Amino acid sequence: MRRAIILAVFLALGAVVLLAPWPMFSPAGGEREVLVRARQYAYDPGVIRVPKGARVTLVLESEDVTHGLYLDGYDIDLATAPGRRVRTSFVADRPGMFRMRCSKVCGTLHPFMLGELVVEPNTPLWRSVALALLAAAGAVTYLAVGRRGTRGREAA
Amino acid sequence: MRSPIRSGQTRTAGRRELTRWPMVRAVLRWRSLNWILMTAALAVLCLAIATSLAGTAAGSANFGIVFVWIVWWGLLMGVLLPLGGRLWCLICPVPAPGEWVQRGALICPPGEDGNGASPPAGRPRRIGGGLRFTLGWRWPDRLRTIWLQNAGFVIVALFSTLILTRPRVTGWLLLAFLVGGILLAILYERRAFCRYVCPVGGFIGLYSLTAPLELRVRDPLVCQDHRTKDCYLGNAAGYGCPWLEQPWTMDRNAACGLCGECLRTCPKDNVAVRVRLPGADLVVASGWRLDEAYKAFIMLACAAIYPLVFLGSWGWLKEWANLGGPQGFGLYTLAFLGLNLVVVPGLHLGAVAATRSVAGLQGLPVRRLFVALAYPLVPLGLAAWMAFTVSFVFANASYAMPVLSDPFGWGWNLLGTQDLAWHPWLMGWVPSLQAIILIAGMVGAIGTADAVLRKFTAGRAAVRGLVMQAFFLTGETIFFLWLYLGAAA
Repeated sequence: MRRAIILAVFLALGAVVLLAPWPMFSPAGGEREVLVRARQYAYDPGVIRVPKGARVTLVLESEDVTHGLYLDGYDIDLATAPGRRVRTSFVADRPGMFRMRCSKVCGTLHPFMLGELVVEPNTPLWRSVALALLAAAGAVTYLAVGRRGTRGREAA
Repeated sequence: MRSPIRSGQTRTAGRRELTRWPMVRAVLRWRSLNWILMTAALAVLCLAIATSLAGTAAGSANFGIVFVWIVWWGLLMGVLLPLGGRLWCLICPVPAPGEWVQRGALICPPGEDGNGASPPAGRPRRIGGGLRFTLGWRWPDRLRTIWLQNAGFVIVALFSTLILTRPRVTGWLLLAFLVGGILLAILYERRAFCRYVCPVGGFIGLYSLTAPLELRVRDPLVCQDHRTKDCYLGNAAGYGCPWLEQPWTMDRNAACGLCGECLRTCPKDNVAVRVRLPGADLVVASGWRLDEAYKAFIMLACAAIYPLVFLGSWGWLKEWANLGGPQGFGLYTLAFLGLNLVVVPGLHLGAVAATRSVAGLQGLPVRRLFVALAYPLVPLGLAAWMAFTVSFVFANASYAMPVLSDPFGWGWNLLGTQDLAWHPWLMGWVPSLQAIILIAGMVGAIGTADAVLRKFTAGRAAVRGLVMQAFFLTGETIFFLWLYLGAAA
């Protein structure tokens, strides 16, 4: 019975962590234009940080061979050849970290040419961390209650 | 036989026997099952080797690379291993040619005497009428560990950037596995390659401890009274255990290849396949060993390194791992080996020392606790690998359809799918899925730590030990969450 109550309490807290508005301040949206230089097998900058709600313009330029840029979560795909620039704009309305992947076969390490766009505040990360801490606390409490009356079975 | 039979060894609580269903039992006892599965897989393996060696050098357009490192790896880490443990070993084509040569048969053990009579005491029964090509040496006692598999995995993992991206390297590696399986089958008895050498088998064995599936004898006392030990020696119905296991002593999944031979050979119908709660084998204290503990460290370290190298944004790190110059690769090797063999075990030692101190276990040898508390890292490591696999496979699975039409990358269009464009699948959901997997792995790890500590202590001291273990396991989980949901680089 006690374990059932513990389980119910921590599940309810977990639901709060998942669904409650996150009490974090985020910078104003505004407009951001970012020039992304692609070369085998990295983007420069490798990590782009923008505030949630910003209108982001990505400008892709290749320094060596044909490269692409596919943005996870936003389903945006760009491709460019050396010496050319392409651009796209979108509103960064989904918070979190999204990987940018090369979408044009550009050499042996092509599948591993990645970058990161972080739309701040990164609430999915912080919610996950809070959930992990809560799950750990819940598991320990649940197991500690179950320990009553148990004994070590192997001589120390 | 080495191990005594322990009365009451078989645990049936919380388990459901699948082999009670006649259909399941009939399928698992079907003599041709292994041959059909392995032959089909061997055909795919041969195609993978051929395309890797003769096909295009572009990995994403080569059947060998795409089907081995995306399709097979995704199925293994996402489905087969977490749900079935060593289920892949039932299908694996690598030992098949060697085993067929060793047995002189493809499918049936016709039975040398044909009537199931017992062989002379202490001598294995000869099964099969074909020519057998094996010296049947006994595997050296000193190598009856998974240290060789640990070393093999570290070497493969160190060069994984080359292996995952160069079809030729993948082709030669697969060929080496196949030839290694044949050679060892010719030299040594049974599946010495699978049990003691295969680098993949090593980690599958460790992670199979978490699986919700097991093969065990129903009642060990029945085996105690049964003298002929058909499950180990074989009879007219099947071969003796290819994995050198003695089913009547088996209390963990680690070395059971789920081949089903014991189901076929047991004249007492005393072997069962059951589903159970995951992780039951992790707390079987008789199985705790340093080589397995190190396997847990190696897998955890690699699960942390891979996202940094393959999913991170550091191009220079990829170049280093890709043999981009002796200095860069040298530094990468040093860091890779250091993390695998020193840093992660060292951090674990620190966590063990802290747990030992707060739990009042100073009377317990450090080594004993060091090994025992490595087992909670197994569910966490499996979860970390699954999280990596989800990211890698969902992003690249769409390469599979074009290479089915054009396996060599020569411009064929056999199924009309050659022109399907690459497009990642469900990437918006992947971070949430990864977080769920990692947190579930962490909860499993804390539960395992609790069960391990309960074997040594009780009361408030045990709770303090559990809190300390939970602290470290949660820290490791948050690190993995940061790797996948944060900006790692």
